[in-house]
Parts: sequence; structure tokens; C-alpha cells
Amino acid sequence: MIDQPLFHYALRLGDDSLILGQRLSEWCGHAAALEVDLSLTNIGLDLIGQATSALGYAGDLEGAGRDADGLAFHRDALDYENCLLVEQPNGDFGQTIARQFLFSNWHWLFLSALAASKDATLAAMAAKSVKEVSYHVEFANDWMVRLGDGTPESHQRLSAGLDWNWRFVEELFIGDDVDNEMVQRGIGVDKASLRAAYDARIIDVLNDANLPVPKKHRAITGGRRGHHSEHLGHLLSQMQFLQRAYPGASW
Amino acid sequence: MYTTELQKVSALDNSLSADPPELVAAFEARVAADAFIEPKDWMPQAYRRTLVRQISQHAHSEIVGTLPEGNWITRAPSLRRKAVLLAKVQDECGHGLYLYCAAETLGTSREQMIEALHSGKAKYSTIFNYPTLTWADMGAIGWLVDGAAIMNQVPLQRTSYGPYARAMVRICKEESFHQRQGYEIMMTLANGSAAQKRMAQDALNRWWWPSIMMFGPPDDNSPNSAQSMRWRIKRESNDDLRQRFIDVTVPQALALGLTLPDPELKWNEARDHYDYGPIDWEEFYAVVRGEGQVAKERMSARVKAWEDGAWVREAAAAHAVKKAKRNAA
Repeated sequence: MIDQPLFHYALRLGDDSLILGQRLSEWCGHAAALEVDLSLTNIGLDLIGQATSALGYAGDLEGAGRDADGLAFHRDALDYENCLLVEQPNGDFGQTIARQFLFSNWHWLFLSALAASKDATLAAMAAKSVKEVSYHVEFANDWMVRLGDGTPESHQRLSAGLDWNWRFVEELFIGDDVDNEMVQRGIGVDKASLRAAYDARIIDVLNDANLPVPKKHRAITGGRRGHHSEHLGHLLSQMQFLQRAYPGASW
Repeated sequence: MYTTELQKVSALDNSLSADPPELVAAFEARVAADAFIEPKDWMPQAYRRTLVRQISQHAHSEIVGTLPEGNWITRAPSLRRKAVLLAKVQDECGHGLYLYCAAETLGTSREQMIEALHSGKAKYSTIFNYPTLTWADMGAIGWLVDGAAIMNQVPLQRTSYGPYARAMVRICKEESFHQRQGYEIMMTLANGSAAQKRMAQDALNRWWWPSIMMFGPPDDNSPNSAQSMRWRIKRESNDDLRQRFIDVTVPQALALGLTLPDPELKWNEARDHYDYGPIDWEEFYAVVRGEGQVAKERMSARVKAWEDGAWVREAAAAHAVKKAKRNAA
């Protein structure tokens, strides 16, 4: 008997990291400076490592013979359960940084709480990942301030990037039946409870970046139940190409 | 990755006539005694120029070299392959970074070097002007291109310029991991399905000749070599390194059950080396001139990244100035 809520919980954890890792790896070789290229791909690498652990665990829980690769490369968009924020296109560096800022600050709070999970595997994964995500937060917060405070052009580009991504923030704090059951069993995190700490963290950085705090946006949701943006299908078709073109081959 | 001597150097550039003979003599004695030359030491102008040219060319090669492999990161066929390739390309980017730093100790800025690359004045390895068409190219590049790079770079750990030699120690360690991961990809494909084997053989066919060209022109057509050898910037000849690479690599190809695209390749008992067929130097020089298949794509990708990133670098600089002012106030 599959523990369905736990399976989906592990899947979501893995999908968030995988999709953002895939997006960041698109930057490889194209960033503004070597140091930035290294940082973006380094964060991408952390996230792909996290995804490998979480999806591997989801595959074990499912017990249907799908390993992390099976889950990553053989699901269509309807079965992906990542939040909408992580699949947003890179855009320019301002848009990428805004996305990283909004996600990593949430990710850090989420993982910090998940480290106390009654599920020992999730707790261990969260405790390991949160150390990596501390750096992601530092990188994103620093660049928010640099770009926001830098030049009129960087300020304008960052504002546009923030505006693009902001509409997907609400979704991060909305729980569904899976979340509710996981919270009740002491395994999952009450996402709504992270909101105040999140707002405090990002308002601080936005102030330093001379950016107004955006107005609350009507929640755009769907990611956790497989209803994604138009962008995800393209990301998957690229990522899954070889596995799809050569079924059954090992690499 | 490193390719030797892609630029012709004028006799004037190589001349020592502007340098005081007694300083040149003392410098050459130190080099002959295998001492390292350090950034603040006196050195002939031609030595400095040769090093800037070679180190920056090496750095450019690392950076342009992230593009053909970056082309496959988003399509890597497993999470493990994706992570390994991402880590490998990061290494290359890191190599570029510390090679630019080593070159900066000779009095030229990273911006100047990048400008020279973008204007076409500086060269980078010819190998990166070939396209990466299938996943097997990730295997072939790691195995052959990084393998050739190691052959070239191991002797450079003892090159006479200290910062370059020390950068090379670390680079060589990472390159040997790169070569193993490439060979592992080839092994998986060669032992895989018929389609995967075909992919592996096709990649070897396409990358073999460009890889052995990476060692540069034959010794009898390598005009700057003598002085570079005397100054221990270069420690072994192009042809010696090429032969060593072929001798090591052919058995590896045979172990994979793949064939090499050279009908004249055969073991020569008397020489204790493999004999190989004639290299198409016309192709090599055409690629050096910028006529490689994807030379335009490579350069336009680099120039675009640099130009698109200008506002980011300007913002970082402007913020640093404002912050310093605020801290001083």
C-alpha cells in the first residue's frame, strides 16, 4: 500500500528543485561574468542533487520500480507537481534573480521547518539541503540589493523581473489535502505559518534594494495539481528528449 | 584545454634587442636552472608577450569550451549525467577564471583579454569550433579533447612562469576526472544498444582528427617553438605530445570495440609507436583562421553574453561605489 500523501510530498520537494535546477543550468556559459556563471550553475547543481535524493525517495515510497530518473524523465506536465514560480523562464538576469530571491527565501524557511519532520528521511534531506539553500539566499539577496541600488537600468530591469514572478508567490503558502495530512501526521510543514517570517525577510531586502513591496496578487495556483504554465512543457520536452527518443536505453 | 601557438608572431615581437643583454643572460640562466619566474621578477618583453598570448589563449579556450558542452546540459539523459556535466563545465569556467588571474599578473586586465577575444585578435582552441551533435559528443570530448589537453598540460606544471605552473597543477587534477567521465560515457554507449553504439562510433569519427590537431602544427612548421622551449614556457614538442596521445588512446578505443577513422593507423614494432596517416593541415589552418563550422556561433554567443551582461557589471560597480561612500560617511 503506497503512502500516497507522503509520495506526493517527496515528489513536490524533488520537482521544485529539479525544475529550478534545470532552469539555472540554461545559464551555463551565458552569464555576465565568470563569477556569476559559476554561482548560478553551482546553485543549479545543488538543486539537481536535492532533486535526485527527493525523487529517489518518492520512487521508493511508490514501490513501482521508478527511480529518480524514471520520475524525472518519464512524467508529462500533468504529473509534475512543482510550484509555478520555479518553471518561470529565466528572462534577463534581473528576472532570474527575482525568481531566485522569491523562491530561495521560501525554500529556506520550508526546509528549516521540514528538518523537524517526523519522517526521518525527509528530515535528513531537509537538514542537508538547508545548508546549501543558505548560500542560495545569500547570493539572491546580495544581487537584489546590487541591482536594485545599482543603476537606473538595473533598477528598472529588476523591478520588471520582480513583477513577472511576484504573481506566483501566493501559491507557495497555500496548502492542499496532501499538505494538511502531512501536517497532521507531524511530517509536513504548515505553509501558511511561514508567511510572516517570509514577508519580514523579503521586505528587509526590498528596502535595501530601494524597491517598493509589491501589492498582494490574487493567487495563481495549479502547479501542485499538475496544471502548469505553458513554459513547463517546453522545458520537459528538452530535458526528456534522449530518454523519450531511446526508450529503455541506459546512459 | 590548451592548444599551442595559434598565432603567428612577428620577428620584431620576438626580438630581445630592446632588453639589456646582462638581464637577459641572468634571466636565461635562472630559467635553465629550472627556477620559477614570478610576477615581480624582471623578464624579457618577448617572454611576457608570449606568456600573455599563451595563457589568455588557454583561458579563452576554457571559456569558449563551456559552450559545446553547455549545449547538452539541459538534455543530459540522467540526473547523474546532468550533475556531472554541470560540475565539469563549472570546472572549465573555474580554469578560465584562474588562468585570467595568472595572465593579469603579467600586467594585462581580464577586460583587455576578453576584448581581444571578441575582436578576433586573440585565438582559442580550434577544437571548440566543431559542433556537438549528439550526446556521444560529451563522451568524445571528455575522453579525447580533455585527454589531449592533459597531455599538453602535464608538462606545463613545470613551465617556467610560476603562476601559470601552479594554476596548471590544479587544472590537471580536474582534467583527469573529466577524461574519466568522458570515457565512462563512451563505455556505456559502446556497450549499449545498436543506436547508442552508432552514436559513439560517429562521435569518435568526427572528433579523432580534430583532437590530434589540437597539439598544433608539426615541429618543422612551428616557428615559435625553439624560443619557447629555451624559456621553458613549452617543455615538449608538438609532435612528441601528439605521438604520446595516439599511443595511449588507440588501445582505449580498441577496448571500447570502436574503430579509428585512420586506415593508415598501425603499430610499428621498430619505432615502438603507432604510425598514423597524414593530418589535414589545411583544415587546421582554416579553423585557426575562424572558418570552423560553428566559429560564428561560438563568438556570437560569447559576445552576446558579454554585451547582455554589461548592465549587470555596471550595476555591481555602481552599487560598490555607493556602498563605499555610505560606509565612509
